[in-house]
Amino acid sequence: NSTLVIAEHNNAQLTPITLNTITAAAKLGGDIACLVAGSKCASVVEELTKVGGVQKILVAENEVFNGFLPEAITPLILETQKQFNFSHIAAGATAFGKSLLPRVAAKLDVNPISDIIDIKDADTFVRTIYAGNAICTVKSKDGVKVFTVRGTAFPAAEAAGGQAACEQAPAVDVKNDQSTFEGQSLSKSDRPELTSAKTVISGGRGMKNGENFELLYKLADKLNAAVGASRAAVDAGFVPNDMQVGQTGKIVAPELYIAVGISGAIQHLAGMKDSKVIVAINKDPEAPIFQVADHGLVADLFKVVPEMTEILEK
Amino acid sequence: MANLRILVGVKRVIDYAVKIRVKPDNSGVVTDGVKHSMNPFCEIAMEEAVRLKEKKLAKEIIAVSCGPTQAQETIRTALAMGADRGIHVEVSGKDYENMTPLHVSKILAKLAQEQEANLVILGKQSIDGDNNQTGQMTAALLDWPQATFASEVTKENEHLKVVREIDGGLETVTVTLPAVITADLRLNEPRYATLPNIMKAKKKKIAKHKASDFGVDLGSSVEVVSVEDPPVRQAGQKVESTEELVAKLKESGVI
Repeated sequence: NSTLVIAEHNNAQLTPITLNTITAAAKLGGDIACLVAGSKCASVVEELTKVGGVQKILVAENEVFNGFLPEAITPLILETQKQFNFSHIAAGATAFGKSLLPRVAAKLDVNPISDIIDIKDADTFVRTIYAGNAICTVKSKDGVKVFTVRGTAFPAAEAAGGQAACEQAPAVDVKNDQSTFEGQSLSKSDRPELTSAKTVISGGRGMKNGENFELLYKLADKLNAAVGASRAAVDAGFVPNDMQVGQTGKIVAPELYIAVGISGAIQHLAGMKDSKVIVAINKDPEAPIFQVADHGLVADLFKVVPEMTEILEK
Repeated sequence: MANLRILVGVKRVIDYAVKIRVKPDNSGVVTDGVKHSMNPFCEIAMEEAVRLKEKKLAKEIIAVSCGPTQAQETIRTALAMGADRGIHVEVSGKDYENMTPLHVSKILAKLAQEQEANLVILGKQSIDGDNNQTGQMTAALLDWPQATFASEVTKENEHLKVVREIDGGLETVTVTLPAVITADLRLNEPRYATLPNIMKAKKKKIAKHKASDFGVDLGSSVEVVSVEDPPVRQAGQKVESTEELVAKLKESGVI
């Protein structure tokens, strides 16, 4: 076996899910190569050389990779595959990986496998269907297995003991006159990123408005936590969509998940039920969230959250 | 300039409000006697196509569904929402169970060419398989650009400006036409079909085809080994006060 991991980065830093993907690749046995496509991305390559378990780093620097558009990166991956004939091609199951790898798989005429949560053997993968309400094991007979990895299902590979050799990725004359990257607006925050935070505090409809999320931010700062939201809170316009935890939002599995004013619709539970410890704070004792919570507190969140912040300040 | 001919994929899935049940033999999920409806993301795709037509940017909308006879109900819903005609690619029994997004993409790519469509709009994923692949693969097979997870689509001359939902925020790309778009949740709020439109939809045409009409072999390289219930999480204890809650969390070492 040999696996090509498509590194996700912003030319300055590696996206953490790449490290989870490397752990998944290591489970397959065999060599691991990472492909870094970008422009002026030397610091990303440098970061990857420190990661244990990676044998080779293939680097392709070109302005055409600006915005990391699938129309530009796909031909590079195809050429790389042609030269090295990997048995597996993997990326993180993020907006980047989910956009890119199916395009690559279709070009290779194979069935991609999305958002895997476990690897049984080199051909057999486990993934969730119906928003996590069923677990499906699939076996692929394709010559090359193309899959995306759910970050929360695999620990991050350690950024230590790396001995990877760097080389140029195969030369390919990439033109992309089909798509252009115009820009991004990312929510800026000093708090940890939602999908990799050790603690996540999420607010639901019970928060009543966007201003009240300030209570959660204060508590989050005490716990070094990320702040998320239920779909109900996003749909009500309290907070932006990228804070959404759930089936159609982000899947999180932190050490501690605190659900505040969230009833616990199936769609929300799908996004957080693999958290290690779940706390629910809700004034409705019948809220379904209590059925999955390790510690439930039936009380008014507007009293409990400031109290918690205060206790932690002492 | 009403020059778009839009192909919209509509999938029939178990209704989003139904609590699914895994079959006792672990071969799949119980679908018999269960309420089905159009995949919510396909509804959003359909709505977007109708809005483009209402803005006089599109001349025709074709709704396509691959699936058993009942898929025609889903096409009827699309016609009632505003599609001009439907195409039903009948796939049933074992073939339907084995059908993968790659098969669907091959059919859609062929259809886009045959129907001379210059825009394909699909949902970003179906809520049964959760694969999130068909749009990207259809674009690949056609060698068209793809704008996935769209939350805003604007037509500017001969290209589309698309705002996409990405991790941590939004991103804007422009793609040339022809193109494939996949719809994310916030693109629009789909309309309900009105009774007069449901009646009108009954008169619209649905063409019937087989996968073999498009040269697509339904043999599959992936096999479902098992479908199981997820591990059940046990409810824990109720605590009485904030102090007790903080104490418990400290005890378990998470804070």
